[in-house]
Amino acid sequence: MDGAVRFVLGLDAHEARGLPPTTTVLAYLRDHCRRVGTKEGCAEGDCGACTVVLGEVDGDGGAIRYRAVNSCIQFLPQLHGKQLITVEDLRGADGALHPVQQAMVEEHASQCGFCTPGFVMSLFALLHDAGAGGRAAVDDALAGNLCRCTGYAPIIRAAQKILARRGADKFDAARKTTVKKLRAANDGETPTIRCNGQSYFAPRTLRGLLQLRARHADAVLVAGATDAGLWVTKQLRRFGAVLDTGRVAELRRLRERDGVLEIGAAVTYRDAAAALTRHYPALGELLRRLGSVQVRNAGTIGGNIANGSPIGDMPPPLIAAGGRVALRSVRGAREIALEDFFTGYGRQDLRADEVLEKILLPLPPAGLRFNVYKLSKRFDQDISIVCGAFALRLQKEKVAAIRIAYGGMAGVPKRARRTERALAGKTWNESTVAAAAAALEQEYTPLSDLRGSAAYRTLAAKNLLHRFYSDTTGGDVVNLARPLQ
Amino acid sequence: MTGARPALTTVHQPLPHDSARLHVTGEARFIDDLPEPRGLLHLAVARSGHAHARMRKINLAPVRAAAGVVRVLTAADIPGANDISPKGLGDDPVFADGLVRFYGQALFAVAAADRDSARRAARLAEVDYEPLPAVLSLEQAVAREEYVAPPLLLERGDAARAIAQSEHKIKGRLCSGGQDHFYLEGQIALAVPGEDGAMLVCSSTQHPAEVQRLVAQALGLADGAVTVEVRRMGGGFGGKETQAAQWAVIAALAARACNAPAKLRLDRDDDMVMTGKRHPFVSDYEAGFDGNGRVQGLALTFTADCGFSADLSGAVNDRAVLHADNAYYLENVSIRSLRCRTNTVSNTAFRGFGAPQGMLAVERVMEHIASHLGLDALAVRRKNLYGIRKRNTTPFGMTVTDNILPRIISRLATTASYKKRRVAVINFNRAHTARKKGIALAPVKFGVAFTTSFMNQGGALLQVYTDGSVHVNHGGAEMGQGLFIKVAQVVAEELQVDISRVHLSATRTDKVPNTPATAASSGADLNCMAALIAARKIKQRLTAVAAHSCGVAESAVAFHNGEVAAGKTRLSFAALARRAWLARVPLSATGFYRTPKIHWDAKQKRGRPFLYFAYGAAVAEVVVDTRSGESKVERVDLLHDAGRSLNPAVDRGQIEGGFVQGMGWLTTEELWWDAAGRLQTHAPSTYKIPACADLPADFRVEIFAAGRNREPTVHRSKAVGEPPLMLAIAVFNALAQAAAAAHGKHAPPAVDAPATPERLLLAMQKTAAA
Repeated sequence: MDGAVRFVLGLDAHEARGLPPTTTVLAYLRDHCRRVGTKEGCAEGDCGACTVVLGEVDGDGGAIRYRAVNSCIQFLPQLHGKQLITVEDLRGADGALHPVQQAMVEEHASQCGFCTPGFVMSLFALLHDAGAGGRAAVDDALAGNLCRCTGYAPIIRAAQKILARRGADKFDAARKTTVKKLRAANDGETPTIRCNGQSYFAPRTLRGLLQLRARHADAVLVAGATDAGLWVTKQLRRFGAVLDTGRVAELRRLRERDGVLEIGAAVTYRDAAAALTRHYPALGELLRRLGSVQVRNAGTIGGNIANGSPIGDMPPPLIAAGGRVALRSVRGAREIALEDFFTGYGRQDLRADEVLEKILLPLPPAGLRFNVYKLSKRFDQDISIVCGAFALRLQKEKVAAIRIAYGGMAGVPKRARRTERALAGKTWNESTVAAAAAALEQEYTPLSDLRGSAAYRTLAAKNLLHRFYSDTTGGDVVNLARPLQ
Repeated sequence: MTGARPALTTVHQPLPHDSARLHVTGEARFIDDLPEPRGLLHLAVARSGHAHARMRKINLAPVRAAAGVVRVLTAADIPGANDISPKGLGDDPVFADGLVRFYGQALFAVAAADRDSARRAARLAEVDYEPLPAVLSLEQAVAREEYVAPPLLLERGDAARAIAQSEHKIKGRLCSGGQDHFYLEGQIALAVPGEDGAMLVCSSTQHPAEVQRLVAQALGLADGAVTVEVRRMGGGFGGKETQAAQWAVIAALAARACNAPAKLRLDRDDDMVMTGKRHPFVSDYEAGFDGNGRVQGLALTFTADCGFSADLSGAVNDRAVLHADNAYYLENVSIRSLRCRTNTVSNTAFRGFGAPQGMLAVERVMEHIASHLGLDALAVRRKNLYGIRKRNTTPFGMTVTDNILPRIISRLATTASYKKRRVAVINFNRAHTARKKGIALAPVKFGVAFTTSFMNQGGALLQVYTDGSVHVNHGGAEMGQGLFIKVAQVVAEELQVDISRVHLSATRTDKVPNTPATAASSGADLNCMAALIAARKIKQRLTAVAAHSCGVAESAVAFHNGEVAAGKTRLSFAALARRAWLARVPLSATGFYRTPKIHWDAKQKRGRPFLYFAYGAAVAEVVVDTRSGESKVERVDLLHDAGRSLNPAVDRGQIEGGFVQGMGWLTTEELWWDAAGRLQTHAPSTYKIPACADLPADFRVEIFAAGRNREPTVHRSKAVGEPPLMLAIAVFNALAQAAAAAHGKHAPPAVDAPATPERLLLAMQKTAAA
């Protein structure tokens, strides 16, 4: 409880103290470390100019996993026990460019240069993430980095070169000593940070979290800070107390039990992706387009639900799949259907001393046809205009069960119960679907806003039902969001 | 020069950007990266909460009382003029003075010890507004004849009669939205007061000389007391041509008032709300044509949303008019241009400067004619292209002397297999209902020079030191376009020294004065030429020194690859420089270039506003999902003319980047204002510029190999900054075709820009109902 944030900066042990806990990592780097290579482009995690890489010891194996995040919406204490790598760290001891930097120069991949450090760091993370190469992988890795000058072509060429040349770098060479430093930084309790009337708690147990929650009714819960970060950078809010759920062991757990996938509220999109995709392949594609690598590395499904956004991407498919949420306080625990958690625009069924503990997702029963479609102005890293999710079971051509949920159509993510009723028991064919689509039109009265008009939303929502029908019957459906062959 | 080293060729080489290594290591300094001077104050600007209102009262007491606040600055604190109009019109206040004319207008600035304190305090003012009726649509503006500049009419022949007498006629309307520049580095300025009233302003600006003038004007100083510096911008695209000035002026006002350095860096949301954008246009057209699609008469009306003040809207709309022909000979044409004043942010320069909107309209006309006649749109375009010897004068009387478009189009149509793929698209559309495809070829002809003739001047200052190293300054500002490396290449080549010997530093008004904005694609044309002229002066002096000291004729002196041969004597360039110094010969020279041949008669609307045209063409193939309106650009082929490219790597970057930026304008980038006139798309979370995956999977880019400027530009190169943006019109036309294909063969193109999923889907829907 010494109040110091201990982490590894580059390859060296580092300590930060005496700063308000909602100081962003970006502000810390630029204002306190004179590391000005990392840039602020938007201060909301949407442009990637501030991308840095975090290293964490991966299990007990002594490997380090490197993940790109947006430093503009990470709070300094979130670094505790981690390795922070910025663009300044990449050059070799002799001043030689890192292979990522070298390839960027060779391919003329910078013009104005302002977004470049962010791209370099995203590519650094891609290089260390022994994933697949190819255009699609590069697009996904860079979806969170905006460049206004190059049109991306030379950056893609550089990325392909980097992946083709893969080899060890100085961070690989220093792995063993870095792991030691990381373990030392992570030793013992996570510090509580107090400064200027602000407190930051990062409990390691659920019990600890619940007690703090009971004591600090006005505390802001933060998991990945991909949303709460903006409350600070954009709304200029000052949090009295912050409860960081990101270190609570129980909330970081992901497990399958009794036909249910339990996703701890602090499990990141990134960490949940494999299990979700295994059971619900359609969720893999949705997750790929949710935020960006940087956002998915920090953000959590729990946060996406707890914030109650009407256009969060995860609630519609989770509702369609029959998801439930487990809520807990020092007084006890309860479980409710996810659709009942959202009680109105900006309101959730969550009591002052409660926290969202986990999401309970039933594993798909045999024969379940499940899909989710997201419409947005831009395919990657955009927020839904409309998101429609469908879970259907047929029995001899007839609809035995169907659950439909939409985002972007009401003040909350909402089930299409009338439409479901219009389909229940009917033969699954074009005319039933057309009749149900008419019911769907009566179901919602969406708003016109910056993302889309009510007319578009209504029409598109109906068409998504048609698309689902085509999908289940082998019709002509192509996902344009994916690179075409 | 037998036995001399081979000449060094530095121009036309694909050298990396001079700052490439600094970019990738994060060592390239932008203004916010500079070490902060002691006692630095941070500024924030308060925004108005109404689109049009009188401010009855404003209570700043809570602002002044807020933690960390040092000073609050309002219109009353401006010692000089409260105006940043680039034309001196007095319609562009630094701070609103009594009257608010758009939502987000600057009301006052707060200087505080840190940036967040300033931002917090700026939100605390209590303003008592008396709302006034706001003009928020072009219809309202036209009805009230609210214009920032008088309407303009350019005519040749008799369009109305020609249309009336034509065998075929069409009529239509195309709306195109604005576009935010979304430079990654937002607006920023750092002002440092000097001795005796002097002021140094580091500004992220494309136009340091204008910032200098406006800072001096606001502070009541002589221009000579103000120095403006810009080493590099994190992108400009026109958004920092005039609109960087306000923030520089505010920083300087605060620095002056507090006698302390002051920095103003806009938050992204503030930047997007408070700075102008590309002009939204409504383009009405009426065309008459023959059975082959050749236009006999065309009448166009451009109605542009200029926002609350004139800014550069006059010139922007002029350029739209001057590019309404694009690549086509229009014998009988009338082009009317209305420059509307609305209660929105003042729209400004944006890469292309009106030309994209002008071209988009005539390209829609070509598509509409083709669908009307059931012809291939490329065949219609070919029928209308400017001729080589005939049909080769523009509506404003300029002869198109170097029309290489027929060659470019032929080559591109072949390399892109246009014919074959068009058939495949038609067949695809017959076979599919859930998806439709489109393929389009669009040409670009873009006039190069500022249409305001006097601005076509460039200056440079070149200095050689006694070790033979060279230092160059010029009037151009680097914003990523590779201007500095091009200048360095030209100087290195002329002096025959290695490029590593040529040093460039920040563009400053005290090094090269009275420069134009780095804009209109003219940066390299003007500044490379000015640097070349300076280098020639120095070279001439060095030649004289070499000749004199070696006792040979000047004609026997030659510069080759770091060496100078004078008869039989060989000297290193450095030794010669030292020799010149000892001989008391000045090793510093200025270069000055004015673009020749250009002239413009504003009354007659005739002349030669451009020195030459740059050309290019694009083929784009797209697919649209008929249920969602989602679309994807599958393949793009570009062929673009850069003259003899000064640096093919840099130019390729401009072509690729310009194209994608244009694609963003026409597809995903949508600005959305609510009914109260508030911009709701003011951050990357809501305003979507292209992302990596939007680059077509199959993207083929070629620089026209035979390119060579007929005009004596620097090494026969051509400007390449803006023209490629308009290649993206091919994408838009292909999307409109695909949407029309949802309704059979002859449906006219009906999609407005940007072609978002919503516009595409509703267009497909609407035409179906009709």
